[in-house]
Amino acid sequence: MTPNQEYTSFKDQLIAAFREGEERMNGESKSAFHQVRRSALQSFETLGFPTIRHEEWKYSNVKTMIGEQYSFDEGTALTVEDMAPLQIPNLEGNILFFVNGHYRADLSQIVSPATHLQIKSFAEAQQTDAETIGLHFSRYADFQDSAFTALNTAFAQDGVFIRIPDNKVVEEPVILRFITDARHKNVAVQPRNLIVVGRNAEVKVAESYRTLGDGAGFTNVVTEVVVAADARVEHYRIQNDSERAYHIGRTQVSQADNSHYYNATITLNGGFVRNDLNIVLNGQHCESFMYGLYMPNGRQHVDNHTLVDHAMPNCYSNELYKGILDDKGTGVFNGKIYVRPDAQKTNAYQSCKNVVLSPDASMNTKPQLEIYADDVKCSHGTTTGKMNEDALFYLQSRGIPKDAARTLLLYAFAEEVVSNIKIQPIREYLEGIIREKLAL
Amino acid sequence: MLSISNLQASIGDKQILKGINLEIKPGEVHAIMGPNGSGKSTLASVLAGREDYEVTGGHVDFDGKDLLDMSAEVRAAEGIFLAFQYPIEIPGVSTTNFLKTALNEIRKYRGLDPLDAVQFLKLMKERMKFVNIDQSLLSRSLNEGFSGGEKKRNEIFQMAMLEPKLAILDETDSGLDIDALRIVAEGVNKLRSPERSAIVVTHYQRLLDYIVPDYVHVLYKGRIVKSGTKELAYELEEKGYDWIKAEVESV
Repeated sequence: MTPNQEYTSFKDQLIAAFREGEERMNGESKSAFHQVRRSALQSFETLGFPTIRHEEWKYSNVKTMIGEQYSFDEGTALTVEDMAPLQIPNLEGNILFFVNGHYRADLSQIVSPATHLQIKSFAEAQQTDAETIGLHFSRYADFQDSAFTALNTAFAQDGVFIRIPDNKVVEEPVILRFITDARHKNVAVQPRNLIVVGRNAEVKVAESYRTLGDGAGFTNVVTEVVVAADARVEHYRIQNDSERAYHIGRTQVSQADNSHYYNATITLNGGFVRNDLNIVLNGQHCESFMYGLYMPNGRQHVDNHTLVDHAMPNCYSNELYKGILDDKGTGVFNGKIYVRPDAQKTNAYQSCKNVVLSPDASMNTKPQLEIYADDVKCSHGTTTGKMNEDALFYLQSRGIPKDAARTLLLYAFAEEVVSNIKIQPIREYLEGIIREKLAL
Repeated sequence: MLSISNLQASIGDKQILKGINLEIKPGEVHAIMGPNGSGKSTLASVLAGREDYEVTGGHVDFDGKDLLDMSAEVRAAEGIFLAFQYPIEIPGVSTTNFLKTALNEIRKYRGLDPLDAVQFLKLMKERMKFVNIDQSLLSRSLNEGFSGGEKKRNEIFQMAMLEPKLAILDETDSGLDIDALRIVAEGVNKLRSPERSAIVVTHYQRLLDYIVPDYVHVLYKGRIVKSGTKELAYELEEKGYDWIKAEVESV
């Protein structure tokens, strides 16, 4: 791809910021960690921001997003009181706040014992857990062909580092709240998260993203999740963001033998959202579940790219993504399933269903199955349609007013995904927002 | 109770009902028979308020009110119930939940307090017996994965719950074996009363052995071409529809 002239300003600004940061470094710039960052910057320089000529970005135009001016390291005076209205009712557990990209210990609470849950800011972990980070950082989320991952890697500074030792079950959920304070300025943040789950260990993690104020918020986040043999991970991504939030998120998962990974990505609001969920099944007898719900309305845009890479035999993956699109909302679903030649006895299922409520809303779906093994069971199906008028009439004919019938049907449609969220306060919180959004 | 005069309706460019006239008094059961494509199901749908059909002429009076002026949900609240020929499957909405919403919407329209969970359950348990329907079926998604017989029983169960003034049964017998047919018909008969009327749309006479009509009408090419008592149904069963067609064509 040739670099696009129009897009160079933000790019140049980023490259300059990187160089500036480098100059301020002492011996650090020679560290192995920084060498990875430097190499990532080179990739970013070469790749440049994707345009719609790029196959993976055909329906998601980043032009507006990168045309804004952002402040990179914006300080913020958010207090505990400011956070109060953002709390999810009845939610208890380890709740960590990251404001404008930086961990805020003063706003956070960690309740699980340190013997079970090792959790700290990524910035701190670079010093204290250099060995673990050296082993895993950037080993999964390849940046060679992704400008945004390259960019995130180059600027990797803060975010969360979670390590669950072998055989430990963390009972309380880990909630990561990423808050962008754009009340006074446009803000760009690039959190970098690493979650390493030991053998036969178990944890539930939820990431939530929220931009405050009327300013534009640019979030480019990469989360690497390493699931060791026999481990079990539940991972939720909750996006109920502002109209001026631009979110690029990549989740890269590596699963070992007999592990279980369960993901639900719920996008209720957000100006421009692109999620990449990539799961590589590097062991046998793994199970992976992927649930997704997106409800763009207004001028919102939500793009979900998922990939499950069956590299080994005897694994099971199941994916269900659903969308409700209204007004001028647009959606993209691209679901790839790779079944490598060795991956015999693979079971891989994928389904994507969409309801388009307005003539100006649109949905683009693309299932992509590449199967190189012969003894496998794979299926996929996508449907995109209007509101089911027969169902609507059926409910009306029983006395339920049309608007209520419509809400009832759409809620039931969404609930098929949301019911898979096992942290009850989060599920109830989302159900409340969905009800509100569907009510006429 | 129901007075249909010169009712005409079309779908797209195609006129299907070409002037229906029908009077139904409280407590009466009217059977509507006729060959395929004569307009039987269209009549049922138009009366229930389906918007796919355009009413192009005529008038329908229901208990002194203009029925055609009402939305489907208002018709239901006023006491019209359509038992669907092909009940719709609705994933994610249980029959129980859906019926509670429906019943309380209708009660709201009539100025009555909503039933609470206990009252609703009591009523449900009582009406389940009418059609011998199982509670486990009712907690599942509405009609999803139900057999044909289960769907039809569920229709009659809903009717028993909503207690309509006028029930319209659209080919409720289609696809039912004799045992299922008997259960469904018994459910309908338990709801018969001097105030309650029914329109039974059917292709075959056999349903009318169980739900005995006061009048039988033959619909052909969008018009009622013959009316009579239940004996007419036997005649049709024996001789088919050809003699009716011939009679109409010769006029």
